[in-house]
Amino acid sequence: MRDVAIIGASMTQFGQRDVWIRELLAQAGDECLDDAGVEPSALDHLYVSNMASGEFEGMTGVPNALAHDLGALGAYTQRVDQTSSSGGGGIYAAWQSIASGASDATLLVGGEKMTHTTTAESTDIIASLTHPVEYKHGVTLPSFAGLTARHYLERFDAPRESLAKVAVKNHENGTRNPHAQFQKEVDMETVLESPIIADPLRLYDFCPITDGSAALMFVPAEEADAYVDDAEDYAIVSGVAGATDTHVVHERDDPTVMGGVVESGERAYDMAGLEPEDVDVAELHDMFTILEFLQMEGLGFAERGEAWKRVEAGETKMDGDLPINTSGGLKSKGHPLGASGIAQGVEIYEQVIGDAGPRQVDADVALACNVGGFGNCVITTILEAAA
Amino acid sequence: MTDNNYRTDGGEGENGDASGGESRVREAHLSGDDLTAYVCTNGHATFPGHQRCPECGEVQTTTLDLSDARAEVVTWTTSTATPPGVREPNHLAFVEFDLDAALDAASGFTPGTVEGPVRTLAQLTTSDVESGDVVEPTYVDELREPGAGIREPDSQSWDGYRFRPVED
Repeated sequence: MRDVAIIGASMTQFGQRDVWIRELLAQAGDECLDDAGVEPSALDHLYVSNMASGEFEGMTGVPNALAHDLGALGAYTQRVDQTSSSGGGGIYAAWQSIASGASDATLLVGGEKMTHTTTAESTDIIASLTHPVEYKHGVTLPSFAGLTARHYLERFDAPRESLAKVAVKNHENGTRNPHAQFQKEVDMETVLESPIIADPLRLYDFCPITDGSAALMFVPAEEADAYVDDAEDYAIVSGVAGATDTHVVHERDDPTVMGGVVESGERAYDMAGLEPEDVDVAELHDMFTILEFLQMEGLGFAERGEAWKRVEAGETKMDGDLPINTSGGLKSKGHPLGASGIAQGVEIYEQVIGDAGPRQVDADVALACNVGGFGNCVITTILEAAA
Repeated sequence: MTDNNYRTDGGEGENGDASGGESRVREAHLSGDDLTAYVCTNGHATFPGHQRCPECGEVQTTTLDLSDARAEVVTWTTSTATPPGVREPNHLAFVEFDLDAALDAASGFTPGTVEGPVRTLAQLTTSDVESGDVVEPTYVDELREPGAGIREPDSQSWDGYRFRPVED
């Protein structure tokens, strides 16, 4: 297999946007081609990560629409739907296309248009991924998070405040991200006194509903030099892997373990020849604050039941030993479903090439974990600096 | 509950296993219409059932009725942001069935041959519960309003069981 490089990235403004899925995808795709210095006619493959454009706005067939709008006609197109991890799934698919030799230039664009729906409608579209025996009880992804958070806090004797600290940290990071939906700090009191959504979790434990798009450009590593000025301007995909856990969430033996996180992480580490200790910065799928704990533990950044201690100690802040969600995370950056995994990729790409501006940390190895469903399908990606 | 998508008769008839092999418990076990656990040839029990056992890949051939089984609350939440057609607030829990007691009450099972745990997500009748409390199922003919949400009403059942605290 060929080594794969990422040579360009982009993301649109995340938040409430007045354009629809086609325009969102076209904006990010266009900017990414510019960033990478790639002509649209050079694209062999064009992938679109999107969960539910049909359900949200009655628009299907978006990859073909994007090929037409970007001037990439003739490229092979494919939609990647892995629910909330569609973006990570797209990274895996794009990597496969280059590594296998099927494509010499693959553009990956992910997006979702959600904010025109009510919170109840949007929540139900997302909850439609659940099994009938759970859906009929009115379960939502936030209520799975409430169930899991209570179990975690009770079992590991973790303080409620430790979850709030995840929200405070990620909002603070989001103030340095001009594309984030929320660029404002929140304090502990605001988080802990916000309305209850799924007891014990409150409004500020949850990511918002978001419109947005993000993109990454993939080429063979051996050809990266033809596109960029020097090796400092591209990253190597050194590890990428996916795994699933149960569709029926209540069937998991341990509610605090996401098997897809553990297995995709192990596979990605194996592929990269790296250990958790080698990771300098990570983007974790903080759709709910509790998920940051579960991923830290599943990926080997903390022992079981002890992630909260690292958060309490400030070790996951920008200036800590392992900065997590320097982008602001889904929590403050927003969560346009199909775009989120790619936006994670954009952040770790910018971190390892040294282009993260005010969010920059010292990073040669960066990891992103993109979680679909409630841990149902997970993709972990590791990028390394090429230079 | 609708009759046309509900079978627990061991897979005979038009929806049954036509391969002539060991009889599978089919159809209902994929929809989870009843509070019934499905047990594979290696004794792994699941709720709902699956086409193949998630643990070992063997077929599921027997059933275990849990509609009278007591269970323990593993964890609970009260959801205040509910989708269309769902009660608000919605009290929910993961509960774990007392599998040994359910097996004792059933016939045809040899003690120690069925492996759990068997759990379900379910609505609670009240928020006045704690983790570890013992609860029991109580039948409700409509857990949420069919057709109010995105899912096709005919694609699944909408009745089922809430759990209420056991008053000893």
